[in-house]
Amino acid sequence: MIDVIDLRKSFGTNDVLRGINITINKGDIVCVIGPSGCGKSTFLRCLNCMEDPTGGSIIFGGVDIADMKVDINVHRRKMGMVFQQFNLFNNKTVIENIMLSPVYCAMEDRRKAQRKNTLNKIKNLFAKEKAEMLPLRPKAEIKTEARDRAMALLRRIGLEDKADVYPSTLSGGQKQRIAIVRALAMNPDVILFDEPTSALDPEMVGEVLDLMKALADEGMTMVIVTHEMGFAREVANRVIFIDEGKILEEAAPAEFFGNPKNPRLKEFLSKVL
Amino acid sequence: MGNFDKKIAKFIEIFIDQNGYVKVLEGLQNTLLIAILGLIIGTVIGTLIATVRVVPKYKTLPKVLNAICSVYVGFFRGTPMTVQLLLFYYVLLPLMGVRISGVNVSILVFSLNSGAYISEIMRGGIQSVDGGQMEAGRAVGLSFGVTMMKIVIPQAVKNIMPTMGNEFIALIKETSVVSFVGAADLYVAFNYIGSNSYEFMVPYLVMAIIYIALVMLITLGIKLMERRLAKSDRRN
Ligand SMILES: Nc1ncnc2c1ncn2[C@@H]1O[C@H](COP(=O)(O)OP(=O)(O)OP(=O)(O)O)[C@@H](O)[C@H]1O
Ligand SMILES: [Mg+2]
Repeated sequence: MIDVIDLRKSFGTNDVLRGINITINKGDIVCVIGPSGCGKSTFLRCLNCMEDPTGGSIIFGGVDIADMKVDINVHRRKMGMVFQQFNLFNNKTVIENIMLSPVYCAMEDRRKAQRKNTLNKIKNLFAKEKAEMLPLRPKAEIKTEARDRAMALLRRIGLEDKADVYPSTLSGGQKQRIAIVRALAMNPDVILFDEPTSALDPEMVGEVLDLMKALADEGMTMVIVTHEMGFAREVANRVIFIDEGKILEEAAPAEFFGNPKNPRLKEFLSKVL
Repeated sequence: MGNFDKKIAKFIEIFIDQNGYVKVLEGLQNTLLIAILGLIIGTVIGTLIATVRVVPKYKTLPKVLNAICSVYVGFFRGTPMTVQLLLFYYVLLPLMGVRISGVNVSILVFSLNSGAYISEIMRGGIQSVDGGQMEAGRAVGLSFGVTMMKIVIPQAVKNIMPTMGNEFIALIKETSVVSFVGAADLYVAFNYIGSNSYEFMVPYLVMAIIYIALVMLITLGIKLMERRLAKSDRRN
């Protein structure tokens, strides 16, 4: 689903990523670990081009999205992202947070169809073969559908009573679970997580990890930067270790934690486990 | 004090019997028109400029636009309003062959001038919004412009409400120079009353009171608006 080929990223003279190669298949749960500052976040943010790669390709859905000519916004809609700091929209209520992009995208598609219809109408005046008009969904229907979907997602995480409050009134765990369903509302093919539990109080870590586990069980493709070794061992089907700008080890969790080969990984694991 | 009573009587005579109040209302209307339109158009200009100035700049177009905006802001912040009014009324517009009234020139110059100031206020406001908000918008597939409009600018506006209020108050006060280009504002109205009665004490006192009243009204309006905007901060 995602093919990362020789991904490079430099900030000025700081070469953070020096040739990353990995294939992420549908249903994969890839956990990314490594020492602080090794470029885990940079790697993840390059996957959806939040950072523009300095070199290499990211093939997603058959398209190299690292190419500056592609409309990145369209591809990002199929790649959810969850941040360490939640980043819920502060000026929107919980349900608006979830509905915003789905409604906007559907409205944009509708505008495009409308433009095409106008064009076709003009063409039809002159052409013998009449072009078909594209069906336009009523705006109200688009909104109701998005709202129903958002409510269903909120119900799933048991927060339907928070639909109309602003994010500032929520706990960290609630915010992060809402951020996750905000990503889900786009029906993404993959979700990228950057240390989703690092900013949480310990008692809230569990509720977020449980939600992520549930997604994993449903077959969602996920790439997760994490310090939660227990979670990685239990949920991931592959764990990668990044250091010195490269993937130094990539293995199934049992192998990765039980029989690490790279000396730097051995040293890292001896410190964190 | 008998003298002062006479002055007041004289003022009232001209204000009411000789239709001085019509001039004052007209002046008040122009003052408000120039300040309010200046603020509204200036806000649009200022928001556009501020957006240009925070766009990531690796492409040529943003770089060029940014340079143009810097020159614009530099000019309007670097010269007095009076100079700008005179320059537009007597130099630029005649050179371009455009003839418009003093009030319209004032609206134009006040808009451009406040646009420059508001762009700086707005830029500060945008920079005060957590960068994660833009990232989250981009991450759900919204463009830079849409995220700016729907997420960042509404939060920026909330942060800058008090400063914008001050800008509006400054605009109201600065309208007192538009008579330089023949626009009839409050000053012109009260100057007319004073000239007709050979007595300036009361007219100018009343003028000052009207300015203070306007400013107090605006301050109150801003307070109410801030309270409304604070909605998303409250715990509920
Ligand atoms: N926007 C940026 N501009 C310049 N340098 C950056 C930028 N973002 C990251 N870096 C640098 O890139 C390197 C890798 O940073 P990154 O955030 O990817 O590390 P990380 O592995 O996620 O660390 P942590 O575990 O602390 O989150 C660091 O040296 C950092 O200083
Ligand atoms: Mg990081």
